[in-house]
Amino acid sequence: MRTRSSLWLSACVLLVAVAAVLSVMFGARTVSPGDALAALVHGDDGSLARAAVRQRVPRTGLALLVGAALGTAGAVMQSLTRNPLADPGILGVNAGAALAVVCGIAYLGISAPEQYVWLAVGGAGAAAVLVYVIGSRGRGGATPVKLALVGTMVTAALSSLVSAVLLPRLDVVDTFRFWQIGGVGGASADGILQVLPLLGVGFVLGLASARGLNALALGDDLATGLGQHVARTRLLAALGAVLLCGAATAAAGPIGFVGLVVPHTVRLLTGPDNRWVLPLSALTGAALVTLADVTGRLVARPEDMEVGIVTAVIGAPVFIAVARRQKVREL
Amino acid sequence: MSESIEAASVEVIRRGRRRRVRRRRTVVVCLVAVLAALFLTSLCVGHTVYSPYDALRVVLGETVPGASFTVGRLRLPRALTGALAGFAFGLAGATFQTLLRNMLASPDVIGITSGASAAAVFAIIVLGLGGTAVFVVAVPAGVLVALVIYLLTYRQGVLGARLVLVGIGVGALLNSVTSYLLLRAPAWDVQEAMRWLTGSLSSAFWDGVGPLAAGVVPLSAVLLALERPLTALQLGDDSARALGTRVETVRLALVLGAVGLTALATAATGPIAFVAFLSGPVAQRLTGGNGSPLLPAALTGAVLVLAADLVGQFAFDTRFPVGVVTGALGAPCLLWLLARPGRTRLARRAEGVL
Repeated sequence: MRTRSSLWLSACVLLVAVAAVLSVMFGARTVSPGDALAALVHGDDGSLARAAVRQRVPRTGLALLVGAALGTAGAVMQSLTRNPLADPGILGVNAGAALAVVCGIAYLGISAPEQYVWLAVGGAGAAAVLVYVIGSRGRGGATPVKLALVGTMVTAALSSLVSAVLLPRLDVVDTFRFWQIGGVGGASADGILQVLPLLGVGFVLGLASARGLNALALGDDLATGLGQHVARTRLLAALGAVLLCGAATAAAGPIGFVGLVVPHTVRLLTGPDNRWVLPLSALTGAALVTLADVTGRLVARPEDMEVGIVTAVIGAPVFIAVARRQKVREL
Repeated sequence: MSESIEAASVEVIRRGRRRRVRRRRTVVVCLVAVLAALFLTSLCVGHTVYSPYDALRVVLGETVPGASFTVGRLRLPRALTGALAGFAFGLAGATFQTLLRNMLASPDVIGITSGASAAAVFAIIVLGLGGTAVFVVAVPAGVLVALVIYLLTYRQGVLGARLVLVGIGVGALLNSVTSYLLLRAPAWDVQEAMRWLTGSLSSAFWDGVGPLAAGVVPLSAVLLALERPLTALQLGDDSARALGTRVETVRLALVLGAVGLTALATAATGPIAFVAFLSGPVAQRLTGGNGSPLLPAALTGAVLVLAADLVGQFAFDTRFPVGVVTGALGAPCLLWLLARPGRTRLARRAEGVL
């Protein structure tokens, strides 16, 4: 098992590298690998190819980071809620971040990205808590169906509120519109640096909770018996997941389904051990978002198709497949 | 002795039944009255306020200077579209909820609305169609998406959690297609697109009312005529068959009718959030769960849309599309329905099925 997992780990690292190279090479203008390398090493010499590369590097970096964050967050959320359908998009977290950002832009006059990162994280956390609290009421606790439904409803309600805030304000609509479907096109080195600390803390919390999550999977009583501080493990892991998706959403807009698809694929490869699942999910997520971005650039050439749309097209069928496999459980 | 007890209990049952029938009738009459009042208000109120007398004269075809244009050309089609769409959403939602014995299985949750709206947006933006043609595209597409969801769900029976989850997945996919189309459309500005996506009556003119009415009226008639077999179906297929219901035919007709209504209403106004979902439970609450919920739910839907449109137009500084109001009001209602500790009969039933 261990050797197989390490094999997969190296395969994933390779995949990420390939995705990054492809992302630098392809776009409205195709750049040869040699030119790309030259641009990276020697900097901008004024040629179009190198200018394109200079633009694509931050974009690729952001795609990799966001993908890794969403993949990890999805894996943590799924083991934490013991819910195979958990995903920031499904659970209303993205909509919460969106509403907080829009309110900040419209009412508080915030325009600097470093400020709305915090808003997005706050909104994401609030929405996650809201959905989870409502979803776990009633008989049977937080079942997959109930959480998915409450998430859908909360998303619908929050989206209405987003429209309500946006419609009277034409200027805000335009900055918000592309953010809303999720894209990494506007990436800049400064923007990445702003979310990096949050993402870092999130990764540390998420990856550090792997062992605890393994114990939680056995049930609360057994986990306590194994010496786990159940409530603390939950809290830290949840905080990590919310930081990761809040920061990712602030940087690239709501990108759905990555957090859902990636952990399931990884678990098929390595089994349920979170010490493997979490890092592999980070790598696979990074590769997936980067490749989705490349696909979006190639499909809609010379324009971009936003990553959020590509991931939804890839992710929704997986969601359906998982839902079909699921045993029907009581609400 | 025993005869008199029997007679007494028969009398109790009879009185109970009479009371329930009376309550349902009262609710229906009240809803019709509220609907008429809201309709008249929508005609009278606006930038210029006309008297109800003037508005009625315009409706009856007389020419009133000024009012003929404002009321006859602008407000009347808007109010008609709102009432028809709300009626269709409410009726379709209640039909699905009753047929699948599941409060959560309304067309906007299980993805059918998304299918119709993706098709309608495609027709309007990519194919450049308008009026009747949009309905011709949206309705078959809605039916097709419903069929796809049904087939994906079908595995030793369809009911339950799987339907809801598959519907949510299909809906998410189609919604991303819709937003892609809308955001790329050169002819539509973003605000217009957002208005449409949240459900709005601001683009309702006479050329859309005709086809909408032509579709909604016969389909509603079919669904309402099937009220009694639908009630029988609620007892389970075997019992319904024993009562002389042709189960498969009735179910097919009900599903097609409800999908058609959803698609028509969505094509006309965009997906107005929560109307299909909430009308049924609200109507049940009003009637106390007596008799078939279809007609009260349909009327509730129409009342909800007209009331929300009035609120959206006049209660704030800016004019909000109707979907923003129903979304913002509907979500707390629904969460309350779902999360209330002492649950309603409908919620209990929903939980039993899921």
